[in-house]
Amino acid sequence: MIKLAEVTKTFNSGRDNQFTAVNDISLTIRKGELTILKGPSGSGKTTLMALIGCMARPTSGRILLHDISSSFFTPTADEPTLDITSLPERFLTEIRRRSFGFIFQQFNLIKGISALENITLPAYPTGEHHTVFQKRGRELMEFLSISRHADSPVDWLSGGELQRVAIARALINSPAIIIADEPTAHLDSALSHDFMDSIARLKAEGKTILIASHDPLVYDSTVADCVLTMRDGSIIEETARP
Amino acid sequence: MIQHPAILALTIASLITGGMLCYASWFGTRILERWNLNSGSEEQLELERRTYLISVILTYSLLFQILSLFLYIFTADNLHDQFTGAMCAAGSLAVNSYGYPVLMLKILNCLLAGVWLIINHVDTKGYDYPLIRQKYRLLGILSPLILLEGIFQFVYFFNLKADIITSCCGTLFSSSKRSIAGEMAALPIEPMQWLFFGSMALTALFGTYFLLAKKGGVLFSIISTTTFIIATISLVAFISLYIYELPTHHCPFCILQREYNYIGYILYALLLTGGTSSIGVGVLSPFSHNKSLVRSLPGIQRRLTIIAMSSYLFFVILTVWYMLSTSFRID
Amino acid sequence: MPQNLNRYRHILDFALASLLRRRARNFSLFALYTLILFLLASLIFFVQAIKREASLTLVNAPELVVQRMIAGRHDLIPLEYAKKISEIRGVTSVVPRLWGYYYDPVFGANYTLLVPDSDQPQPGSIIIGAGVARNQRIKQGDLLTLQTASKTALLLTVQGIYPTDSEILSSDLMVMATDDFRTMFNFPLDKATDLAVTVANQREQATVAAKIAETFPDTRPILRGEMLRTYQNLFDWRGGMLVVMFGVALLAFVIFAWDKASGLSADERQEIGILKSIGWETSDVLLLKFWEGMVISLTAFLCGVLLAYCHVFFFSALLFQQALKGWSVLYPSFTLVPTVDLYQLTILFFLTVLPYTAATIIPSWLAATVPPDTAMRS
Repeated sequence: MIKLAEVTKTFNSGRDNQFTAVNDISLTIRKGELTILKGPSGSGKTTLMALIGCMARPTSGRILLHDISSSFFTPTADEPTLDITSLPERFLTEIRRRSFGFIFQQFNLIKGISALENITLPAYPTGEHHTVFQKRGRELMEFLSISRHADSPVDWLSGGELQRVAIARALINSPAIIIADEPTAHLDSALSHDFMDSIARLKAEGKTILIASHDPLVYDSTVADCVLTMRDGSIIEETARP
Repeated sequence: MIQHPAILALTIASLITGGMLCYASWFGTRILERWNLNSGSEEQLELERRTYLISVILTYSLLFQILSLFLYIFTADNLHDQFTGAMCAAGSLAVNSYGYPVLMLKILNCLLAGVWLIINHVDTKGYDYPLIRQKYRLLGILSPLILLEGIFQFVYFFNLKADIITSCCGTLFSSSKRSIAGEMAALPIEPMQWLFFGSMALTALFGTYFLLAKKGGVLFSIISTTTFIIATISLVAFISLYIYELPTHHCPFCILQREYNYIGYILYALLLTGGTSSIGVGVLSPFSHNKSLVRSLPGIQRRLTIIAMSSYLFFVILTVWYMLSTSFRID
Repeated sequence: MPQNLNRYRHILDFALASLLRRRARNFSLFALYTLILFLLASLIFFVQAIKREASLTLVNAPELVVQRMIAGRHDLIPLEYAKKISEIRGVTSVVPRLWGYYYDPVFGANYTLLVPDSDQPQPGSIIIGAGVARNQRIKQGDLLTLQTASKTALLLTVQGIYPTDSEILSSDLMVMATDDFRTMFNFPLDKATDLAVTVANQREQATVAAKIAETFPDTRPILRGEMLRTYQNLFDWRGGMLVVMFGVALLAFVIFAWDKASGLSADERQEIGILKSIGWETSDVLLLKFWEGMVISLTAFLCGVLLAYCHVFFFSALLFQQALKGWSVLYPSFTLVPTVDLYQLTILFFLTVLPYTAATIIPSWLAATVPPDTAMRS
């Protein structure tokens, strides 16, 4: 579970182009649920996801994580939550690596290397032996039906295949939380449906999922548990499905 | 001044290291002034990013410093035949009054840089940068020392003049002959032997106690650091005699040469490792109760203790091996 | 520990792959780096090898040579000085030496004429160095003409030619009998060119030299040690001059390296942004940059040093010969003996890899601190 309390993120503060992307947001992402962030571009969805996903530090406010594992913190009865607001980057990255998987709008795969290498990249700095994570990578490719492209350079793959490589990469470290930013932006309806099916499967496995999208196919999906509408850095509407 | 590529190399190295450290210290002062971990402001984020740069600079500086220590000794050794009476590096360094101070400063700076890196490593294990202030204060001490070393090194080399014929009509023997003390004043041998083996035994004793009882880190550190000093003096006082198999050859630099199988490198590396780890254990002790370090610090201290003790152990083994395997005996 | 090793290994894999992917971009840097290393290494190896040759040539030189000086110039020394010097305590022998220079206007060359202490050639015969033989295009058994000081011709038969192995010592040498020598130069019978003095105890050399200088104020004693040091210094100085000149090239290289490292192309920046966003930390990216730099440095070092080794020891340092050998007509041709040691390699490392690494520290750090959320924004 992730809790944000009065979180604000401002860029270029003190200068002419000062800009507040996220303005005093408080929300809770519940475990095992699929939450959708809905809103036009510029509403702060991306920044909010970066904050939730341990990629950025808030200018003010607090972010608390519950039930998240890490090597340096064990939840106890007195201290059940971890306050990640002021964590140094290396700890934040460690949490992110272990517990979060990201799927980007542009897929953001590294060209010139194979699909399997792309998928296993997040595991390189973990210190695991390469046979271990390569095995996991192949299993994921199996799960997503792209095994035959394991050693092909990603430059050769089609849109749908790239999407599945991106999903596999997000899953390589077996994270508890998946964050996807406009995942269906470059996909046709058929592939978008495939994507939502994959999401449904992951949710069934107990993962917490957060998707930012202005695609009705996504936010009107029956799989979604909660839809948050954003505008100008604030949440203007929260719809929870029973 | 003697023109020699090695001198140029050393000068470049000290310019680079000195420059990098000045830069690092300047940021260090900014960090000490403006650091506020709880603020999410961009300035704070920028400062946190800078700390990475400073760690990288210090890591390279330590590496360069260690290499330059050995290059300095090597160069002094290489130049010895330019000076009448100089038999090896010991002679070259004695040519003017800056030679030995530079060496002492280089060794001190290696130790300090090593300790800084140990503190830095521990600091990264804590989730609230617990040792940041201590780190940058130490940097404030290290930088001027490195600059001083660079200046002294330059002056030393600048004032070196080889004893050569500088004109085709000239000659050297109308003027009085100058001689360089090749003999190092050494301390009496037998008391040093007692002191050496005694301090090693004490180090082992207190180290084991610290490992088992988890108390007495500072005491171990003090004893172990003293052992480092005693071991270095012993190297000159009696250990070198067994290596050279001569009762009067105390030179600490000739053991770095090929004819003695470069054993000097191993011995000095063991000493430096032991010394740095020993100091590290003591320096970290006051912070063992820091909330963010409680998990990781004791483990690091234990590892440093083991490193220090193993280094000394190997040193003693090598010493005893030399003492027993030659037929040379000191009476 | 194995965790750390795995991490280093994987990031190294990625670094190698990434360097190969950007081959074209990295090639110019690599080529320049290798060139700089090649030049500096050649220089250092050459100076070292020549110094060694010089010191070897002096091994057989007399420990102490006494020359007579008049008005600051070298004059012939009376043989009676030899007798008195041999009476000084510590002196084991005093041998008068006969040698001189002969300028041959036909071939434009200076030869050294010498009478050896032992095994003199027959009167009328001469043994010459390989350089002389080449210069005059003569061989054993041929006749050689020299013009004496009295403007008469002296005909000598070439009894032998010194082998090329000893060229550095004997190239311009002409060894002849005492009588022929004295005829050549109208050399007075009671004088010698200088005296070679042997002192029993090495440590006494300086004392004996001082005594000689005191007893015969018109002489100067020269110790072999001094000659050796002077030569060493000369080569060091010449080498040092060239190194300083190369310093300019080195500086240019370092600036180039900095520029290359700083100019992160858009796709490189994006790539690092992706790495950061998928879970690579700043220190992981720093490690990546470190490996990249290390791979380039070590490969360039290896190539540069190997090329320099070939250049100096197989091609006799063609590029530098003119600058370092000096002014002469007769050059001994000799192949330098390969001498490379750790000391020289360390100096080379300090002059090249160190400045390169230092120049790339800040650019690497700038690259590594790309914020992780840039990938989300592009």
